Amino acid sequence: MTMKSRILMSIAAFALAGASPALAQTEIQWWHALTGANNDVVVKLTEDFNASQKDYKVVPVYKGSYPDTLNAGIAAFRAGQAPHILQVFEVGTGTMMSAKGAIKPVHEVMKEAGEKFDPNAYLPAITGYYSTAKGEMLSMPFNSSSMVMWYNKDAFKKAGLDPAKPPKTWPETFEAAKKLKAAGYDKCGVSNAWATWANIEQFGAWHNVPLSTKVNGMAGFDAVLNFNKSPAFLKHWTNLVELQKDKTYDYSGRTNNGEGRFTSGECPIFLTSSGFFGNVRANAKFDWGNAPMPYYPDVQGAPQNSIIGGASLWVMGGKKADEYKGVAKFFTFLSNVDRQVKLHTESGYLPITKAAYEKVKASGFYKDKPYLETPILELTNKAPTDNSKGLRYGSLVQIRDIWSEELEAALNGQKSPQAALDAAAERGNQMLRQFERTAAR
Amino acid sequence: MQKNAYFKGLTIPFLLLLPQLAITIVFFYWPASQAVWQSFLLEDAFGTSTQFVWFENYQMLFADPGYLKAFINTAVFSTFVCVFSLSIALLFAVMADRQIRGAEIYKTLLIWPYAVAPAIAGVLWIFMFDPSLGMLARGLQALGIPWNPRLNGNHAMLLVILAATWKQISYNFLFFLAGLQSIPKSVIEAAVIDGARPMRRFWTIVFPLLSPTTFFLLVVNIVYVFFDTFGIIDTVTGGGPSGATETLVYKVFSDGKGGSNLGGSAAQSVLLLVMVIGLTAVQFRFIERKVSY
Repeated sequence: MTMKSRILMSIAAFALAGASPALAQTEIQWWHALTGANNDVVVKLTEDFNASQKDYKVVPVYKGSYPDTLNAGIAAFRAGQAPHILQVFEVGTGTMMSAKGAIKPVHEVMKEAGEKFDPNAYLPAITGYYSTAKGEMLSMPFNSSSMVMWYNKDAFKKAGLDPAKPPKTWPETFEAAKKLKAAGYDKCGVSNAWATWANIEQFGAWHNVPLSTKVNGMAGFDAVLNFNKSPAFLKHWTNLVELQKDKTYDYSGRTNNGEGRFTSGECPIFLTSSGFFGNVRANAKFDWGNAPMPYYPDVQGAPQNSIIGGASLWVMGGKKADEYKGVAKFFTFLSNVDRQVKLHTESGYLPITKAAYEKVKASGFYKDKPYLETPILELTNKAPTDNSKGLRYGSLVQIRDIWSEELEAALNGQKSPQAALDAAAERGNQMLRQFERTAAR
Repeated sequence: MQKNAYFKGLTIPFLLLLPQLAITIVFFYWPASQAVWQSFLLEDAFGTSTQFVWFENYQMLFADPGYLKAFINTAVFSTFVCVFSLSIALLFAVMADRQIRGAEIYKTLLIWPYAVAPAIAGVLWIFMFDPSLGMLARGLQALGIPWNPRLNGNHAMLLVILAATWKQISYNFLFFLAGLQSIPKSVIEAAVIDGARPMRRFWTIVFPLLSPTTFFLLVVNIVYVFFDTFGIIDTVTGGGPSGATETLVYKVFSDGKGGSNLGGSAAQSVLLLVMVIGLTAVQFRFIERKVSY
């Protein structure tokens, strides 16, 4: 989205805000972090909702990146000016749910407004992340993604690998990476973006290995991180450290900055979000595809199911009953099957309801675009266990930095993989203990 | 100059001081006292539960090995940035001060980078030195240098030092050039007639006459590296790899803004404030003696 249209949109939002009392409409403020094509989807969605009824008007406001939007929401709440709906990325889930009075759980909003609401209609792998251990939905899933393995089919051909058969396990992946390296991809055989999402969070869920006690934090803030004691993690990190030496595996940073290494052709195998789809389609000058994340076949239960990324919609506390009614109506509108089908096929984000997924599947859409189904197949591979529902830690933004630091220390040879894992868990636990004291329950 | 000019009574002096005092109180003392108060609190992000914990945030900082590391990183980072940005700017200013054709163009070009926001400066340097995308990085790799700031802490530190230096050179250049141009030409001419060579003229006449400017810039540059560089570090390395480029101000920024750890972040800013006040006091007490106005 250009600067000009963004300015025009905010002017329009202000103008509408001024006009609404005269129409006796209840206004619902929705702060979000989506840009470009996804912003257009948001605007279109609210326009459709506003046109569908007369009592409520949803006003979307772009507030910057995910962390910026979360910070804007926090600052606005502290100043008594919170929006009704705040889009928060999955990492902020622990922070949101721990603040008593700051948020109103979605299941309450729906119940009090008398809206029809069946939590079982949603894909469990998605709602599980945003629900309490008792299964009460705290926030409304909106744009969800998962982590997949993107691969360069042209490079596979060049290296004598079968482009129709991407590697399934980590040993196969490393072997393919070595062949790719020999075929001229000598800077990087395999890599990933989002270092901790790939090598800790998704890795734990996909191998059905716990990161901590207390259902990965979902059953209480007194969770203790213990992934350093799991042989699966040690094995994976040891492999990464070993392969980093000759760049069969090459580290690409903590965020998605390194994603360009895939589209430029430097890294032929690259694990990152399924949301990378738009970028790949626009920029990759080679034949590409994606596949589920690799796993270690000797880890019992692997592959389990993956966990989600992306963001959900939180309802802020302290608003009027009438306003909550509008929010509930909007959420019902969002969950409509046809609307979800459209959102999924246009934006590439996951459908949030089972019915929407079935409908897209029945239409044959995935025959042409199998890469859009990969993340759903991962998420629904098996029924989520306590280790693969998701994770909920306060201060997760900071904890992720600590985990990245320790992974980097292992990869550059400062620490042994075991020492790095131990430090990652120990320092993470310090953060969790501090958070536990501030969390209001 | 008349030195004993003073106002009779108290009304006018206070009225004249009032705007400055009001600005200082609103924009400095009030926020600073808020930071001190916040540093004694343990609070969740939304401010819904607050506990008074005395010095616990400080104790946690001193128990954290990462804080000591950030302290050492800051010392390395600030020393190199100050030395590089001051000496390179002085060299440029001396060059641009000479009678050369097109001097105005050189001056303008040298001043331009100052208009670039720190985060943008960071992005520019990434474009040049990113191990996969950067033109210069590819050149280094072609020469057999395994350039990789993503995993090599020294490379990452070098990169943020270069970016922060580049950003500050323009500012220093501007002041040095103004300082050079205010040195009376007659003094230099007299030295030329006495047969002093350029190097000797510079060190015995020009540099001492520039000392007030240099001193001012030293103070400003130290404040710059301590408080103004987190945008560069955030975009270039994000404090990594493995904390190798995490400076004190970057830690304040990332703990407070990214991590919503307001108490810890406030404690760090208070300590940072004390450090910079201390450093500035030392500069005025000891270095200023060598300055001749």
